[in-house]
Amino acid sequence: MRRRSFFRVAGATVAASTLVLAGCADDPVAPDLSTPGTLNLGSGDIGVLNYAYLLEQLEAAFYQKVLDSPPTDFTPAELAAFTELRDHEVIHREFFKQVLGTSGIPTMTFDFTSISFTSRASVLAAARTFEDVGVAAYNGAGKLLTTKATLGQLSKIASVEARHAAFIRDLLQLSPFADVVETSGPFTGAATALTPAQVVEAIAKFTPFLVIIADLPTS
Amino acid sequence: MNIFRIIEQLSEVDADVLGRFDSRRAVFKTLGETAKKGALAAAPVFVASLFQKAYGQTTKPSVIEVLNYAQTLELLEEDFYAKMIAAGQVPTGAPAAAITLIKQHETAHVKLLDATIKALGGTPVTGIKFKSSVFPADYATQLAYAQALEDTGVRAYKGQAGNLMGAMAGTTNLLQVALQIHSVEARHAAHIRTMRAQPSWIPASDSSLPAPLGPVYTGAIPESNTTQSGVDITKLGAGYSATDAAASFDEILTMAEVTDASRAGGLIGA
Repeated sequence: MRRRSFFRVAGATVAASTLVLAGCADDPVAPDLSTPGTLNLGSGDIGVLNYAYLLEQLEAAFYQKVLDSPPTDFTPAELAAFTELRDHEVIHREFFKQVLGTSGIPTMTFDFTSISFTSRASVLAAARTFEDVGVAAYNGAGKLLTTKATLGQLSKIASVEARHAAFIRDLLQLSPFADVVETSGPFTGAATALTPAQVVEAIAKFTPFLVIIADLPTS
Repeated sequence: MNIFRIIEQLSEVDADVLGRFDSRRAVFKTLGETAKKGALAAAPVFVASLFQKAYGQTTKPSVIEVLNYAQTLELLEEDFYAKMIAAGQVPTGAPAAAITLIKQHETAHVKLLDATIKALGGTPVTGIKFKSSVFPADYATQLAYAQALEDTGVRAYKGQAGNLMGAMAGTTNLLQVALQIHSVEARHAAHIRTMRAQPSWIPASDSSLPAPLGPVYTGAIPESNTTQSGVDITKLGAGYSATDAAASFDEILTMAEVTDASRAGGLIGA
């Protein structure tokens, strides 16, 4: 009781300086939706957050579609795991939505017609693609950021995506890390990193709209 | 608003916030005593002085200090897996293949960091060994230690990302390299957790490691944390369990936390 009142007093004083520290975000440019069929992610840290938000929307929509009508050869354990994966991705999506507020891109609709949702193999192969691309995207996105707070947010999610990727590969009985880690050259031992341009290309068949990344930072 | 929330928010702009205080325990002991004395009016002043002390004296670690810290952990992991392979308890087939490959990755990370530190004109740390006296004899416990090392590695790299912003070695962006290694450690951690029949991600109450390894998941911001950037994750949308909220985000450890004797620091020795 005494402790609680202490924190209430203490908190009020420090709150202001904390907000100043946490609020030094990049000057935001809101995403541009003026051209039909295109999605401009915007610029600065906001643009990079929108990039992550788009990927989380894609993953969450995919897992939801799997759960709407799961492959009949899914085991109960796999169904339970996919429910957790869906929940994690929805949490990431809703977290970015809340953090971005009015700077966020809208809720997008994706094209999953290339995936056979009745087949466990097809679903796992697609999940592997989404997770591996997601990890590589986060690996490449960190250096584009200018604020520590945003880097902190992304890196907390990035390693969870890597855990997902390893899990899906374990289900496929593939090595969870072999072919995504460099085996020669100066970066031997480092995992794949993709630029936004490479990621947008990798997910193009799932995005029935043109993703504009021209305003994103490039280094 | 409470002190945990303040520290959590501060950690997002300053991963080493807790390292700046003497120790978490000391901070809260002092806070408790202040409250006990009923000196509530003085409390904000006390907190302010605490933060001023924390931020007035220390500077962020240099890039070479960060890289040598990473190298310390990589050498520890490399030696651990060398000892694990030498002990001959790992079952042949998939387990042996996984451990061998993970060891190769750790060796590659050591070489990469060694070359980078030298390129920057620094002196790479050497001679870090996993303490023989704590190396477990049986395979199951060895795997538990492997999980502890990998999950610690993920938290440690994450904790230093902010200190590598903008750091370059020639044309190489060191933050990106650190994040690339960070994701390899996370894949290792997930796979070793699978080998131990544990979830690949870290739930709210993770008790899957035997004593004395539990502190791997504790800290100023424990893996059970469910508040991110001021957002209560359990209250998003239709609401989520603490386990889903905690598992969907991994948390940092500071340098001081990782090198503490209760965590990786206690595993380094002759």
